[in-house]
Amino acid sequence: MAEGHPPAPGPVEADRADPIFAENLTKRFGNFTAVDRVSFRIHPGEVFGWLGPNGAGKTTTIRILLGLIRPTEGRLGVLGFDPVSQTKAMQAQVGYMSQLFTLYNDLTAIENIRFYGRVYGLGREQLVRRQQEIIQMAGLEGREDTLTANLSGGWKQRLALGCAIVHNPRVVFLDEPTAGVDPISRREFWGLIYAMAKKGTTILVTTHYMDEAELCQRVGFINQGRLAAVGTPDELKQTRMRGQVLEIETPEPDRAMRILKEAQARKSLPLEEVALYGAQIHVVVPGAEEYRHPLQELLADANIPVGNLEWIVPTLEDVFISTIRETADEE
Amino acid sequence: MQFSFQRLRALLYKEIVQILRDRRTLLLFFLLPLIELFLFAYAVSLTVSHLPTAVVDQSLDSRSRDFIHALANSGNFDITLDLQNQEQVLKAIDNGTVKAGIVIPPDFAGKVLRGEGSVLILLDGSDSFSVESGYSAASSIAQKYSLELTAQSVQAGGAASTSATSGGLPIATITRVLYNPDIKDLVFILPGLIALIMQIIVVTHSALSLVREREAGTLEQLLATPARPFEMIIAKLVPGMLVAMLDMSIILVIGIFWFQVPFQGSIGLLAVLSILFIISGMGLGLVISAVTKSQRQAQQLTSVIQMLAMLLTGFLYPRTTMPLWTQLIGDLIPLTYFVRIIRGIMTKGVSLSFLWTDTLTLVVYAGIVLVVAAALSKKRLD
Amino acid sequence: MTTTNEIAISAQGLVKRFKGRGGAVTVLEDITLEVKRGETFGLIGPDGAGKSTTTRVILGLLRRDGGRSSVLGHDSMRDVYMIRAESGYIAQQFALPADLTVMENMRFFADLHGIPAKRQKGRIAELLKFAGLTEFTSRPAGRLSGGMKKKLALACSLIHEPQVVLLDEPTLGVDPVSRREFWNLLGNLRAERGLTIFVCTPYMDEAERCNQVGLIYKGRLIARDTPAGIKKMVPGRLLEFKPAQFETARKIVAGLTGVLQVQTYGAMLHPFVDDLELRRKEIEQALTAQGITWSGMRAIQPRMEEAFINLVTRQEEAENG
Repeated sequence: MAEGHPPAPGPVEADRADPIFAENLTKRFGNFTAVDRVSFRIHPGEVFGWLGPNGAGKTTTIRILLGLIRPTEGRLGVLGFDPVSQTKAMQAQVGYMSQLFTLYNDLTAIENIRFYGRVYGLGREQLVRRQQEIIQMAGLEGREDTLTANLSGGWKQRLALGCAIVHNPRVVFLDEPTAGVDPISRREFWGLIYAMAKKGTTILVTTHYMDEAELCQRVGFINQGRLAAVGTPDELKQTRMRGQVLEIETPEPDRAMRILKEAQARKSLPLEEVALYGAQIHVVVPGAEEYRHPLQELLADANIPVGNLEWIVPTLEDVFISTIRETADEE
Repeated sequence: MQFSFQRLRALLYKEIVQILRDRRTLLLFFLLPLIELFLFAYAVSLTVSHLPTAVVDQSLDSRSRDFIHALANSGNFDITLDLQNQEQVLKAIDNGTVKAGIVIPPDFAGKVLRGEGSVLILLDGSDSFSVESGYSAASSIAQKYSLELTAQSVQAGGAASTSATSGGLPIATITRVLYNPDIKDLVFILPGLIALIMQIIVVTHSALSLVREREAGTLEQLLATPARPFEMIIAKLVPGMLVAMLDMSIILVIGIFWFQVPFQGSIGLLAVLSILFIISGMGLGLVISAVTKSQRQAQQLTSVIQMLAMLLTGFLYPRTTMPLWTQLIGDLIPLTYFVRIIRGIMTKGVSLSFLWTDTLTLVVYAGIVLVVAAALSKKRLD
Repeated sequence: MTTTNEIAISAQGLVKRFKGRGGAVTVLEDITLEVKRGETFGLIGPDGAGKSTTTRVILGLLRRDGGRSSVLGHDSMRDVYMIRAESGYIAQQFALPADLTVMENMRFFADLHGIPAKRQKGRIAELLKFAGLTEFTSRPAGRLSGGMKKKLALACSLIHEPQVVLLDEPTLGVDPVSRREFWNLLGNLRAERGLTIFVCTPYMDEAERCNQVGLIYKGRLIARDTPAGIKKMVPGRLLEFKPAQFETARKIVAGLTGVLQVQTYGAMLHPFVDDLELRRKEIEQALTAQGITWSGMRAIQPRMEEAFINLVTRQEEAENG
C-alpha cells in the first residue's frame, strides 16, 4: 500500500482558524504504529504542551507536522498549509528549535543568527534589524561576539530560540528547549515564550519538566502512540487523576516506605502508588478522606511517628503517571 | 601497581566484541587491503610502455635497423621521430615531444662484430617511472644484442646529467631492475604494500580508539572502576595487533599463491620483526591520541602521517634521490625501516645480520614508545 | 557526635583550578560538605556551577588543588583504587559500551570489579530484576531506551555492592515516568540496604527527595541543609497571581514596600512578602489603582526551585552590589 494521505477536502473555516491541527493522524513503520489516530487542534497564540514518555510518538508527531515525515493516514494542517504537499512554503513560516540544538559551536552568537537569517531568506536590511531585535530579546547584548561554544547552557538556549524565530514565524515548535538548564534561565526562557505568545505566535513545546508543563495553556499527553488526554492543566488534574494524593511527613521515611510498600503488595490497602520524596512520602489512594485514617493507623501500629498526613493538589506529574497506568491497565 | 587477569580478560573481550560488531570498520580493515592489493596488481602500472621515442641512427645499417625494430616491437617504445643528432633529441625531450631518445653511433654493425657495440639512451629525467621503464626495457634488449648501454637522464633545460653512478642513473633504480628483471610491479610493490597497510591499520586503530573512548565519555566511566590504565591500554592495542597480523597474512598468502610474488627468506624472522613493527606503529598511534583533542583531529593527523609514509619512506619512491630534509622526516616514521626489512626478507632472502641496523632502530622506537605509553597511563582525567 | 564510621563522604575546603587561556581559573572554591551513611545528598546548581567537578574531585578522577576529601575514609588522592573498589559511579556523559548486550555489560563490570565467576550469576540476576531488565539481557545496550540505559548504568554501578554511589545528573533528558522509576529504585536501595547516595541534579523536585541538599553556585556552596531548612532560608512568604499586564504589574509590585523579591513563573508573578495579609492587600490595591486586573491570588509554599532562585539572586546581588 502506497504511503500518503487522501487530498485535503478544501480549507474549512475551522482549519483556517487553527494554526495547527491534526485529524486521525497515523504513522506506521512496518508493523509498528508510532502514532495512532491522533487528533487535536491548537488555537492561535496558544502555548501548547506536548508531553509523553520517550518513544511514545511525541517526536514523530512533530516531524510529521514539520513535513519531515509523511503520515500514513489522516489529515493535518499548519497555518493553512499541507505539510506534505506544501512543505517548503510551510517551513518558511514555521520555526523549529530541536532538542540537539541547532547552533554551530564554531560560530559566534551573532554569526549564528545571521546564518539562520540568510537561510530563511531575509534581505540585508531586514537581517540587520532582526539580528538586533533577537540579541535584545535573548539578552545577549555584550555577548554577540562570544563563540557559541563558550556560552553556558542558558544562553545557548536563548540563542537557539532566537535563531528559530529569526524569520518571525507564526508557529514555533520547541523540542525540549530547556533540557539541563538551570531554573533561573528556564524561567526567563518561559518568559520569552509567553512574550511571543502574547504577540500571537502559536507555540507547541515538548518538555520533561512537569512544572513547565503546568505553565502551558493546554497540554496533550501522548502514550504509546495514542493521545491519552488533552486539556488545560487544571482540567486534567480534576478529570484525569485516578485517585487522590496524600502527602505524609515523617522523620522516618525509610521505615514508613517499607511498611507502605508491604501494604501495597499485600493489597491490604488500595495504594495505587507509593513514592519517596526525600523526607516525604506521596501515596495515591482512591479517596483521600476515606483512606487517611487507615493510613494513619497503619503507620501508628508500626510505631512510626507522623508529622503531617494531608491531601495535596496533584501535580501534572502525578496525573501523567496515573494516565499512563490507566492506559497500561486497559491493555 | 596491581594487575588482574580477570580485568584484562574483560577489557580484551569488550574491545574485541566492539571491533567485531562494528561492521563498517571491520569491512574496512579487511576489504581495504584487498582493494589496494588488486589495484596495484591490475590497475596501477608503474611501468610505462609505449614511450614516445626519438631515434638517431648514425649507422643506417642492417644491424642498427634490427635493433631499432626490436625496440619498437617490445611495445615499450613508440618510435615517433627520426632525428639527426643528439642535440635535436635533447631538445625534443625538453619540449616534451618525446620521453626517450636512442642514439646509435656510426659503424654500429662493425662495432658489434668486434664486441664493442654501444648505444646511448636519453631519458626524460622529470618522469622517474619513464626513466626506470625505459632503462629497464632498453637494457634488457641491449643485453640480447650484447651491447653496452649508456643511459643519461635529461633534466629541465635540456642538459643531460651524468651522476657518479654507472650509466648515469641512481643505483636504487638499477638495484630494482636487477632484482626485478621482468618488471613485475607487484613484486616490487607487495612487500612495501604489506608494510604500508599494516602501519595504516595499526596507527589508525590505536589513535582513534583511544580518542573515541575519551570523547564518548566511556573512558571516565572506566576510570572509576578498579581497572588499571595499563590494562586498558594493552586491551586497546592487542586487538589492533591481531587484526594487523591477520591482514598481513591474508595479503601475503594472496600475493604468494595468486600473484606468484616470490618469498625468499625466513617467515619466522618476518613474523617476529612484524610484531616489533606493529608495536612501534601502536606507539605512534598512542602519541597521536595524546596530542589530539578530537576524533576528527586524530583522523587528520593520521592521514597526514600516512601520506608522508607513502611518499617518504621508500615505499614507492626511492629515498636516496630525495633532499635531506625529507629524508629526515622519513627517518621518523617506523615504516621506513620496516620497508627495508620486509623487502630484504621477501625479495632478497637476507638474514638478520643484514637487517640489524633497521631492527635496532625499531627496537629503540618501540622502547621509546612504551615509555611514552606508560607516562600517558593516567589514573585520572587530568 | 558523628564518628568516622558514620561518614560516607567528606570534603573540606576543596579547591580546584583549571588552566584557561588567560591563566588559571578557579572552578571550585572552599567546598565543604559531609554525607552520613544512608543519607541521600543532592548537589544542585546551574550549568557550570561545579557539580560534576566536585563529584570528580571527590572520586579522585580529577586532581584537587587544595583542601581534603575522602570517601568511606579513603583519601581521594592517595587511596583512589580503594575508593573505586567500594563506590559506584555514573558519569554525566556515561556511556556503557553500546555494542555489548545488557548481559555482557553486566559481566564486563563484574569482571572489572573482580567478582568471582560463581557469584556473578546470582548477583547479576538479582540486579537485572531490580532494574527491570531481565527480559532484555541479549539486547545491545545501544538499543535500549533512554530510561533503560540509565537503569542499566545503575545496575552496573551496583554490581560490587558498594556502600556509596555517586551519580552525576543521572536522569537528564529522561521522561518523568522513567525518572520516577529511577528514583523509586534509588529509594528502595536506600530503604533496604542503607545505601548512601550522592547525586548531582538540575531537577529541583529531585532535590526535594534528598535528606540533605547543597546549593552550589559559581564554585561555592551557598547553602547546605535539609530541603525544609533551605526553604526556610528564604525570607518572607510567597504569593502567587496572574496579572493581565505582566511587565507593568511586575514593576509596580517590585516597587512596593514589604515586597522582598519578585520572581516570574510563566505568566504568573511570585512576590515574596514580609507580611502575608498586609502586603497582599497592598498589592491588590496597587494593581487596582493602575487598572490592572489579575486572577488566582493565593499564598503558596515556596518549593525548592523558588528557594534556589531566591538564594542565587541574592548571592549575585551581593557580588555585584
